[in-house]
Amino acid sequence: MAGFLITRRTLLGASALGGLALLSRPSLARTMVDLALPGGPAEREIITDYPEKAAMVLQRTRGPLLETPFGVFDKSVFTPNDQFFVRWHWAFIPNSVDADSFELKIHGHVNQPLTVSLKELAKDFPRVELAAVNQCSGNSRGFFAPRVPGGEWGNGAMGNALWAGVRLKDVLDRAGVKAGAVQVRLSGLDQAFADAPRFIKSLDIDHARDGEVMIAYAMNGEQLPLLNGFPLRVVVPGWYSTYWIKMLNDIEVLDKPDDNFWMAKAYKIPDTPGANMKPGEADVPMVPINKIVPRSFITNLRAGDKVVVGAPVPMRGIAFGGDCGVSKVDVSTDGGKTWLPAKLGKDEGKYGFRQWQAEPTLSASGNYTLMVRCTNENGLAQPDTPNWNPGGYMRNVIESIDLVAG
Amino acid sequence: MSCVMSRALLPVLLALGLLALGAPGQAAEPNDKPMQFKSESIQLPFGSSDFPPGPGVDAVKKNCLLCHSPRMILYQPPLTKETWTNEVDKMMNVFKAPVVKEDVPAIIGYLTHLSGTAE
Repeated sequence: MAGFLITRRTLLGASALGGLALLSRPSLARTMVDLALPGGPAEREIITDYPEKAAMVLQRTRGPLLETPFGVFDKSVFTPNDQFFVRWHWAFIPNSVDADSFELKIHGHVNQPLTVSLKELAKDFPRVELAAVNQCSGNSRGFFAPRVPGGEWGNGAMGNALWAGVRLKDVLDRAGVKAGAVQVRLSGLDQAFADAPRFIKSLDIDHARDGEVMIAYAMNGEQLPLLNGFPLRVVVPGWYSTYWIKMLNDIEVLDKPDDNFWMAKAYKIPDTPGANMKPGEADVPMVPINKIVPRSFITNLRAGDKVVVGAPVPMRGIAFGGDCGVSKVDVSTDGGKTWLPAKLGKDEGKYGFRQWQAEPTLSASGNYTLMVRCTNENGLAQPDTPNWNPGGYMRNVIESIDLVAG
Repeated sequence: MSCVMSRALLPVLLALGLLALGAPGQAAEPNDKPMQFKSESIQLPFGSSDFPPGPGVDAVKKNCLLCHSPRMILYQPPLTKETWTNEVDKMMNVFKAPVVKEDVPAIIGYLTHLSGTAE
């Protein structure tokens, strides 16, 4: 977490990426951010050109990959819709959705296939609300050592929203799931190129019917931005974002396991604690990515900050437990040798962000490494060494910031 | 409860921490004030990035930009020739990218050059 400092600079054909001049608007001043990715390239443009979005970190124009600037997480436990991260696999996403003619289809291994309009969905099914963290499987991939190919995110491919919608279970019950159903396949309006595999995901039938998995039509009290999946998005509390299908328009109940590419081949993690393995290690059993693991971040301090010696240093940030709530958050000022409990903020729901704060005193002048560690309600704590896997998934090492007291 | 409240007020109350949220998955029944939807239509920016010059750049421009913009490549960490070869292979065989076979050596050469990992 070295630097999230935003600098304003004019790039006159100068190299932002160690030899790569990446622009064709040389006369415009552009706001850049340094994500401090080891080995680079680490600089990204802060972009304000996207519809429905305020300032975002531009990772890729097409299909859009937009990261939440890290400072946003210091402002509120809920991430505003206009700065919520955006991630599409394919570039072929519709740029308009008509609310009146949109239809959600439920079919497959059911008694009564259904077609439901938005109006019917909102009116005929009970409305439920839930705060939950939506985190990309590859959030923080850019910090992997050794580095791995993929979307080179900093820590901003995550967000917390108050989701409102209907239970997937209620919709499935209306269609009547037949005996022998195994999985529920979810797909949206986005298309793949030609013969490429469309981005679709499946949940086990019991998971899909657990009463928590939701078809969300609102996010923080508003309809979803199109870039975040308007009009309907699957919410899978405590699970990584890959299952949270956007622009959901098709639910297919399957009587055998889904063997499509995105379940059988992609988004696989080592079946080991923390999804950890050694680079090059052979014959590691792989399973589909699933539950989110705990994380915590310091949001009000940055690497290199100078703080006053002998006085309380205000520290604050966010934590989340993943598939369960936050049990405790601890902070360290000595690089992890000793830990002090942080004070937890209001509980907005076990799947959401939880704010924390602490006020340690640094008694002597010098260099300090501040750390924060979350332990979730299942007793799982963040590890003190980073995990590694070839997909760059599930990073949750204890975060630290080096600063100076004087 | 929350279903009779104006939707416009919800974010404000949330921000002020004034609204006690229901238990996870709690239903607000009956739905006497269902969500109203407005159609959405947006235009996405085309982007302004381009590849720096180098041997093979034309092959990259010709074959890679159909599916994604240059930044996907420009923001990769330094990767070895072997890793780039695997990536190009994945794009062609898994993601069915219509890459011209004769261009593959030039594409891999450019990517490896970009990474500064060429032998």
